[in-house]
Amino acid sequence: MLRYTVRRLLGAIPTLLILIALAFFMIRAAPGGPFDAERALLPEIEQNLRAVYHLDEPLYLQFLRYLGGLLQGDFGPSFQYRDFTVTELIMAGFPVSLRIGGLAMLLALAVGVTVGSIAALRQNTRIDYSVMSVSMTGISIPNFVMAPMLVLVFAVYLGWLPAGGLGDGSFANLVLPVISLALPQIAYISRLTRGSMIEVLRSNFIRTARAQGLPERKILLRHALKPALLPVVSYLGPATAAVITGSVVIEQIFSIPGLGRFFVQGALNRDYTLVMGVVVFYGTLIVVFNLLVDLAYAWLDPKVKYA
Amino acid sequence: MRTTVSLRLPVAMVIAVSLCACGGGDSEDGAEAQRRPIGGATGTELAEVQELHWGNGAEPQTLDPHTGSGVPGSNIQRDLYEGLVNEAPNGDLIPGAAESWQISDDGRTYTFALRRNARWSNGDPVTAEDFVYSLRRSLDPATLSRYTFILNPIVNAREIAAGERPIIDLGARSLDEFTLEIELESPTPYFLGLLTHSASFPIHRPSVEQYGEQHTRPGNMVSNGAFMLDQWVVQSNVQVVRNPYYWDDENTILDRVYFHNTEDQSGEIRRYRADEIDITYATIARRQLPWIRENIPDQLVIAPYLGTYYYSFNTLRPPFNDGPELRRALALAIDREIITDQVLTSGEIPTFGWVPPLSDYENQQMVEASWTQAEREAEAKRLYALAGYSEENPLVAEFLYNTQDDHRRIALAATAMWKQVLGAEVTLRNQEWKVFLDTRQARTETQVFRNAWIGDYNDAYTFAELYHSDSGLNNTGWGNDEYDRLLGLASAEADLAVRADYLQRAEAILLEEMPILPIYHYVTVRLVKPWVGGFSPNIMDHHRSKDYYILDH
Repeated sequence: MLRYTVRRLLGAIPTLLILIALAFFMIRAAPGGPFDAERALLPEIEQNLRAVYHLDEPLYLQFLRYLGGLLQGDFGPSFQYRDFTVTELIMAGFPVSLRIGGLAMLLALAVGVTVGSIAALRQNTRIDYSVMSVSMTGISIPNFVMAPMLVLVFAVYLGWLPAGGLGDGSFANLVLPVISLALPQIAYISRLTRGSMIEVLRSNFIRTARAQGLPERKILLRHALKPALLPVVSYLGPATAAVITGSVVIEQIFSIPGLGRFFVQGALNRDYTLVMGVVVFYGTLIVVFNLLVDLAYAWLDPKVKYA
Repeated sequence: MRTTVSLRLPVAMVIAVSLCACGGGDSEDGAEAQRRPIGGATGTELAEVQELHWGNGAEPQTLDPHTGSGVPGSNIQRDLYEGLVNEAPNGDLIPGAAESWQISDDGRTYTFALRRNARWSNGDPVTAEDFVYSLRRSLDPATLSRYTFILNPIVNAREIAAGERPIIDLGARSLDEFTLEIELESPTPYFLGLLTHSASFPIHRPSVEQYGEQHTRPGNMVSNGAFMLDQWVVQSNVQVVRNPYYWDDENTILDRVYFHNTEDQSGEIRRYRADEIDITYATIARRQLPWIRENIPDQLVIAPYLGTYYYSFNTLRPPFNDGPELRRALALAIDREIITDQVLTSGEIPTFGWVPPLSDYENQQMVEASWTQAEREAEAKRLYALAGYSEENPLVAEFLYNTQDDHRRIALAATAMWKQVLGAEVTLRNQEWKVFLDTRQARTETQVFRNAWIGDYNDAYTFAELYHSDSGLNNTGWGNDEYDRLLGLASAEADLAVRADYLQRAEAILLEEMPILPIYHYVTVRLVKPWVGGFSPNIMDHHRSKDYYILDH
């Protein structure tokens, strides 16, 4: 297991290098530059700016310089937000995104698995049909539609929750963004759980357990749930990616100072270092998360062995 | 303490009553129904909590007044820093860090008497030497400022910004601790107005030298305005609090001001409706206007803004390089009122002139401005034929704009009018902003394209200078010797009326030659809660929170 982990981590290095190189050269290939504005800069000042950001060097040298900085954990200065370095911006935005995204994932898992299991146990009953149609709706309604609707109802009409902003980071500020982010995932996870739970409940070892006279609750929690969760666990990788991209939208709608907004703003402003920083950061995160998912898989499924 | 404050402000309170008598609150949503009357029993009582929440658009790029660009940053800088000259809520120039000033007879030497009780937020006095340091820093090429041109009228400023002279050559010096003398290259009647721009704001030398690039961080920043920096949560908000050392602190009512990041316009209105924002950013989501007009018309404040929305022709390439006839034909074929009243609907001012309405300047118009639209269209057809186009041989061109919904809608209307009136075949193409900037600047692909200009200072020259043949912003390729000559004369002229005449004659030439096609003058469109006291719109859209207060509600 340890050897496997180390090997996977080593294997991630070329993946990340390719990612960094692609992102680095693609953003620079995009037309327009970070200093473009309606009123052009004085030549002297533009030259100074380019020197400060090393844009006056050949591209390969800039790339090597960037890699060198990365090795020291330095993402460079932001082009757009001059008072901050990219590392500072990421460190300011990530805890917020992590909290929203993490809570949304937990919520999606807890609710999705519960609801999915209930639907499976009550297969082809009214409960099953209503749960599944609600979740179908949840998958179909994009979060940029759902989020403003939730705000309108709970913040504007009822006045129970804030309409946006993070405030002091209190629970009330998190409720709507977390729910908006979690809803499509809840829907997806509940359908996944239902499907695999139905399959597991029909398998031989469950019939054996039933024949032994084990109580239904024990059968479900001790024997059925673990194998039924396998597809859900393998979905966690894509789900993380979905939550990250979803947070770009949700953070914008709720004016939440997370990492997702830097992605969009950075790209529009040609803030090379900021875009690179977010790409590298998220890239690393997804690689690590996929590894964790695979390790969890081995723990859940005795057939899977990493050696 | 609050009662004494309200006693101190009889004049402001009268304004408050007249502004806020409208806001009953009962027209709003259910949750707000039980609210107390605004302004308390007398209509002038201040709220217990004196905090103002601005919707401030995008994230400020920096809080350093010298390197800053962009409206969101400037809005905050105006609260943090105070220049020699301030603006009253209506936009009038009033003394700021300088108590008074004298202008020499030739209009070239300004002597400022600084306030002896002006203090930085750490208690240090604000001195003439601070201003000399700051003006030099603002122009120093190493500071990397975008706005050095604001200070161009000062002796040697241009050369310093271009790195051709040392910064100590700047025509600004301290005569004594509290007397500052600024020498100008030529009389510049709008110079005092330039001193309200952040490029001329003072910054605290010891903190800049101690903290370097981090001098704008909370805890490091020392500023001389009515407020000082308290918190900066990137992408969320900037909070400033009362500066106890400010010379006019006793007349400052707000204790804390929030500048919220409201990049998402729909989100901003939702937050406004949930009472989380008191004043929205100057542009609000247009889709929401019908709802606003229906439900909270009293909170909608629309006011002229120093900007012009227009189209430009590339006069270096066919088909618009031949003479003014074709350009004039296109200009006359557009029914501007349809665009402002039916496409935009938020009170924009249709125009046939370039410079927005300004005091001490007589606005020029195309001669056809006073005609009916039918007459203009007849003239448009005549000019179109004169330029050699007809139904069989229609104009075929491409219109380029930067990707944005309003621009697309206006362009659809305009090209439809060209098609309908003249039979011209103009196709649309859009580019993302940064790409568009490059294309427009290159002048090798464009034919007719979208353009806009917001004045940098409150004077016609900020518009006139754009179409000087040497101007880096002149992306039409148009140049006219007489136009350039009149601008030169205006720059050297001390007599205001004569100078205005030069600029008016220049504008008339521009409108005769029509390298540009003005469509409308901008307005600011914002929502203001009825409990915000002291708010007044002005043409530069410059506001200082120290003039505002929150009424009981």
